[in-house]
Amino acid sequence: MRTISMLEAINEALHQEMERDETVFVFGEDVARQGGDFGATRGLWKRFGDKRVKDTPLSEAAIAGIANGAAMAGLRPVAEIMFGDFMTECYDQIVNHAAKARYMYAGQFKMPLVIRTAVGAGMRAGPQHSQSIESWFVNVPGLFIVAPSTPYDAKGLLISSIRDDNPVLFLEHKMLYNFKGEVPEEPYTIPIGKGEIKRPGKDVSVIAYMKTVHQALEAAAILDNEGISAEVVDLRTIIPYDRQIILDSVSKTKRAVVVHEAPKTGGFGAEISSFIHEQMFYDLEAPVVRVAALDCPVPFNPRLEDYVVPSTADIVKAVKSLF
Amino acid sequence: MLLSRDQLLNMYRKMVEARRFEEKVVELFYAAKIPGFLHSAIGQEAIAAGIGAALEPQDRITIHHRGHGHCIAKGLDMKKMMAELFAKKTGYCGGKGGSMHLADFDSGMLGANGIVGGSIPHAVGVALADKMRGTGAVTVCCFGDGASNQGAFHEALNLASIWKVPVVFFCENNLYGMTVPQSYHQAIRNISDRAVGYGMPGVTIDGNDVLEVYVTVRRALDRARKGDGPTLIEAKTYRHRGHWEGDPDATEELYRPREEIEMWKARDPVVTFERELKERGYISEEEVKAIDEEARRKIEEAIAFAEDSPEPDISEALTDIYTD
Ligand SMILES: Cc1ncc(C[n+]2csc(CCOP(=O)(O)OP(=O)(O)O)c2C)c(N)n1
Ligand SMILES: [Mg+2]
Repeated sequence: MRTISMLEAINEALHQEMERDETVFVFGEDVARQGGDFGATRGLWKRFGDKRVKDTPLSEAAIAGIANGAAMAGLRPVAEIMFGDFMTECYDQIVNHAAKARYMYAGQFKMPLVIRTAVGAGMRAGPQHSQSIESWFVNVPGLFIVAPSTPYDAKGLLISSIRDDNPVLFLEHKMLYNFKGEVPEEPYTIPIGKGEIKRPGKDVSVIAYMKTVHQALEAAAILDNEGISAEVVDLRTIIPYDRQIILDSVSKTKRAVVVHEAPKTGGFGAEISSFIHEQMFYDLEAPVVRVAALDCPVPFNPRLEDYVVPSTADIVKAVKSLF
Repeated sequence: MLLSRDQLLNMYRKMVEARRFEEKVVELFYAAKIPGFLHSAIGQEAIAAGIGAALEPQDRITIHHRGHGHCIAKGLDMKKMMAELFAKKTGYCGGKGGSMHLADFDSGMLGANGIVGGSIPHAVGVALADKMRGTGAVTVCCFGDGASNQGAFHEALNLASIWKVPVVFFCENNLYGMTVPQSYHQAIRNISDRAVGYGMPGVTIDGNDVLEVYVTVRRALDRARKGDGPTLIEAKTYRHRGHWEGDPDATEELYRPREEIEMWKARDPVVTFERELKERGYISEEEVKAIDEEARRKIEEAIAFAEDSPEPDISEALTDIYTD
């Protein structure tokens, strides 16, 4: 099969969905002529024109708010917020409106919108351009949060997100944009809310999403040499997360490590860890351990930046601490 | 408003320093000495220098992401600026902020900011504090044309005008917000028109004319200092380089017509001011050379300082999250 980057996979999904459904439209800062700051929307404006691919002013609150309105009116807006850090600028529109409109208006309409945004550390971009933002949103029922780790997953999940009738926050890790993988040319969907075993194992479950999946896979390879067989569970969707895949994996391995790049305190790992403890405390051989970023902003200095986010070595160490 | 020769030369010196500083940091960026994002304001130096000259020592300034020149004009030490860009411990923010977050409170430079429009309300808050304390200081708040579309801009201007806060809003309209030309991002040509909606004076000036910048800011500062409230100044200008280093438009026409770039380069604020000073006999060719050499020497010193400086200690990742 053909190999393409995650960025290309996202771009292809956007092209194919716009082709398939004329209610899909794309807008955001620099997405039209420029094709997006990272290039995810390249070519769309040429192909679909001004009407369906729009550059917006620097106005994130209006971007998200207009996505809400357009969705209420039956379109399928796909808005881009350039960096996840800027989601704060449109937080109200997402939290108080996108996530609740259907509920508080008693299901009178659907909210089929997608907000795509680039997240994560690694670009030396400093405290306001490097954050992992999922926990800002996980406590907001009414939103789906999708977080792919591979080009294949990104394409299938983005297509599902666009076709879904609920508001979806689609997170793209910047350091994965150039990551390559096999992706079919034709459109396909991956169900929202379904995780995937990225590497089977029997001694410990390493539960991760986005960039940390790849670190978990590296860690699993290292652990393999040391006689520990790690199963890597890629959640792929953060909300609603795949409870079954976690239960199945951990009932087999009886040990679990949860990994994410967001700060540890109040991070999503706390939810997963509690879930496992609630469900299968008496089956566990060891308490669930979290590997996450330190509780601090992401510093600009490269050494410091690398220090605060979790490393493969941190995962290896955490796994070993369970035996 | 009479300006002494010294004042004029000082403005020119700041412009040259800003230009040389940015030319050098661009080089260093491509030599992988400077990590992260770098936005150069080459072509916009008249604004920084004009504002810097108009400010009294107690006055303050907030800047956006394109503010190396403002820092220089406000009197920051290029050594510590360079060290910050190098992510070194001796930088203004200990290497934790970088170019997008340069700040030196002691000099009244309240911080570059990576969130477009994010610092506009800060300027109002700082100015409000100065008003409440009666310090007599005024804050100049710099931002771009793109930022004038953020809610924060509108909310801040409204509040500043009803409370008559001593602040001067300075919009550097370089005609683009990233890759988007002004005509696509707002339906007005003069951003100063927005002042009307907030009941404050609005004025549009040539941002490549350092003297016009100086005079206009000076008047707005006086007005603010007297307690008459804010002014919105819009200065038309142009960045010669891409939005940030790495912007492909720098080498290949993507969103800016090449003739437009050439047209604005022909109105280079540093060259124009130098010519004017020469024509009026304020400066000789030797003095021009001397100023240039002095700027280069200071920048080389700054680079050496940055190179020789230590990295922040790993433990500093966890300092200043809270007060001790
Ligand atoms: C809230 C927010 N949205 C988007 C960005 C990305 N961004 C950085 S600079 C910029 C354009 C800013 O344009 P303008 O205000 O005109 O300033 P200029 O870069 O032209 O100096 C954009 C979109 C950001 N940093 N912050
Ligand atoms: Mg601009």
